[in-house]
Amino acid sequence: MDPQTARRGWNWWYLLLVLQFVAVLWPPFYNAVEPSWAGIPFFYWYQMLWVVIGAVLTAIVYFATEA
Amino acid sequence: MQGINWTALIIFVLLFGFITWLGFAAAQWRKGDLDQLHEWGLGGRRFGTIVTWFLVGGDLYTAYTFIAVPALAFGAGAIAFFAVPYTIMIYPILFLVFPRLWHVCHKHNYITPADFVRGRFGNRWLALAVTIAGIVATMPYIALQLVGLQVVIGAMGVSGTGYAADLPLILAFIILAAFTYTSGLRAPASIAIVKDILIYVTAFAAVIVVPIELGGFGKIFAAVPPAKLLLAVPGANTTGVYGVYVTLALGSALALFLYPHSITGILAANSGRAIRRNAAMLPGYSFMLGLLALVGFFAIAAGVGTMPEFAAGFKQFGNNFAVPALILHSFPSWFVGVAFAAVGIGALVPAAIMSIAAANLYTRNIHREFINKNPTDKQEAQMAKWVSLIVKLGALIFIIFVPTQFAIYLQLLGGILIIQTLPSVMLGVYTRWFNDWALLVGWAVGTLTGVWMFIAANLTPNYPLAFAGHTFPGYTALYTVIINLIVAIVLTPLFNAMGGRQTDATVPSDYHA
Repeated sequence: MDPQTARRGWNWWYLLLVLQFVAVLWPPFYNAVEPSWAGIPFFYWYQMLWVVIGAVLTAIVYFATEA
Repeated sequence: MQGINWTALIIFVLLFGFITWLGFAAAQWRKGDLDQLHEWGLGGRRFGTIVTWFLVGGDLYTAYTFIAVPALAFGAGAIAFFAVPYTIMIYPILFLVFPRLWHVCHKHNYITPADFVRGRFGNRWLALAVTIAGIVATMPYIALQLVGLQVVIGAMGVSGTGYAADLPLILAFIILAAFTYTSGLRAPASIAIVKDILIYVTAFAAVIVVPIELGGFGKIFAAVPPAKLLLAVPGANTTGVYGVYVTLALGSALALFLYPHSITGILAANSGRAIRRNAAMLPGYSFMLGLLALVGFFAIAAGVGTMPEFAAGFKQFGNNFAVPALILHSFPSWFVGVAFAAVGIGALVPAAIMSIAAANLYTRNIHREFINKNPTDKQEAQMAKWVSLIVKLGALIFIIFVPTQFAIYLQLLGGILIIQTLPSVMLGVYTRWFNDWALLVGWAVGTLTGVWMFIAANLTPNYPLAFAGHTFPGYTALYTVIINLIVAIVLTPLFNAMGGRQTDATVPSDYHA
């Protein structure tokens, strides 16, 4: 990938970042106790998991778009 | 002064003493001429990835956050967890938008977001609007950090009658004011390293030790009343609390990096790459914040709300006392000292950065713009030092003399005010398409509507938008920034047709490496 265009403007990798938004912007999907994990209701561990997944996705995008 | 927890207090004071020394010593770190505004106000833009992680983390995750988020979980339940999706959504925004702001500010020696808006759009009144929004939004936030400090000092049993009770706060303020004056941004940057380590230690200890003491997560969640455990399912014809949750998260995410103190932390980095890396690394703090929200539930399960030894604390500080009470209940005194020092120091770091950010704004965008157009470097830096002192003093006076609830209202309003700078600052780094006067009108409409909705909702930040027989309760900040954008979009072609000159001191290549 040409280093100049990698930094400028749009890059398709950025779409990965949208996933984090989509995952948490629909509460009816995750507003539940089950399936619970280690005694923690779904509502809580689902959102905590997306903190981690989001960080991983951002890291992927960083490495993919870095010159 | 009865009932002082001496062990905790001694550890607290020792740690405070250490960071006081550190704050002054920081002036020598990555040494620069502190008579230059960018050295004092942005640490010389020399902070690499790791230091930026500590600085921005310490900046965004404040003492108030650590007290107030669990307090909300303790009192209101699941809705407090909006802080987690909020902090999930901020990082893509940080990754995409802010390296561009960094590059253009670095190229043109812009120190504040208003500097950038001035250069990009060539309109001093639009820049002034951004400045006012920034200063007004920041001031109550500084005051609230002092509240976090007040709670832990009170929790150690340090009390007095009348204004003697405020003596420890005043002492902390003097320390804060002194090292900020001498060392500028380097002070909170160095202290943030200590503070963040202490916060992580405290959070992990709390999340491991307390559940063991209470018998496991299953038991803890079973102790939470069902109404608080999950979000209430909305009734007919309304998006109910789902709408509130989502708009709070999204609106807060959009607003966060518009705050002057967030931008200051970012602009102090040494490269756009440090910012992008941090977008992947800062979520560590989000994880910790989620854990802390759960600590609010631990406090419910432990029953600290009904324990007689904490009755006075809850009476004085309300639900903000939940986390201190739990820590007092669950840990030996020496660790209490460590944990409370983490919170207390955690107040000083953002308070310092916020006061520096407000000072930078005043110095560059009010004083230099409208009063003394050609200051020497030394005059500029000196002015900023004085203003940061005054700003902190103002916050101290506010907290001592005005009921805390008022500071909370103002801070909630602050979010609504600062988000109105989104079109100029966040969209401005991508495009010059908007007409500068259209942006100003959009800002004014957004601000006025926001204030009106805030008052109409009884000084709360969520407004029940109603049309077509449906109600959409949600975060006023999000609704009003949409109105702001619509106005700016509609007026731009109109004002351009009326003959607007499109000045722009920047060129496209300024926005990336």
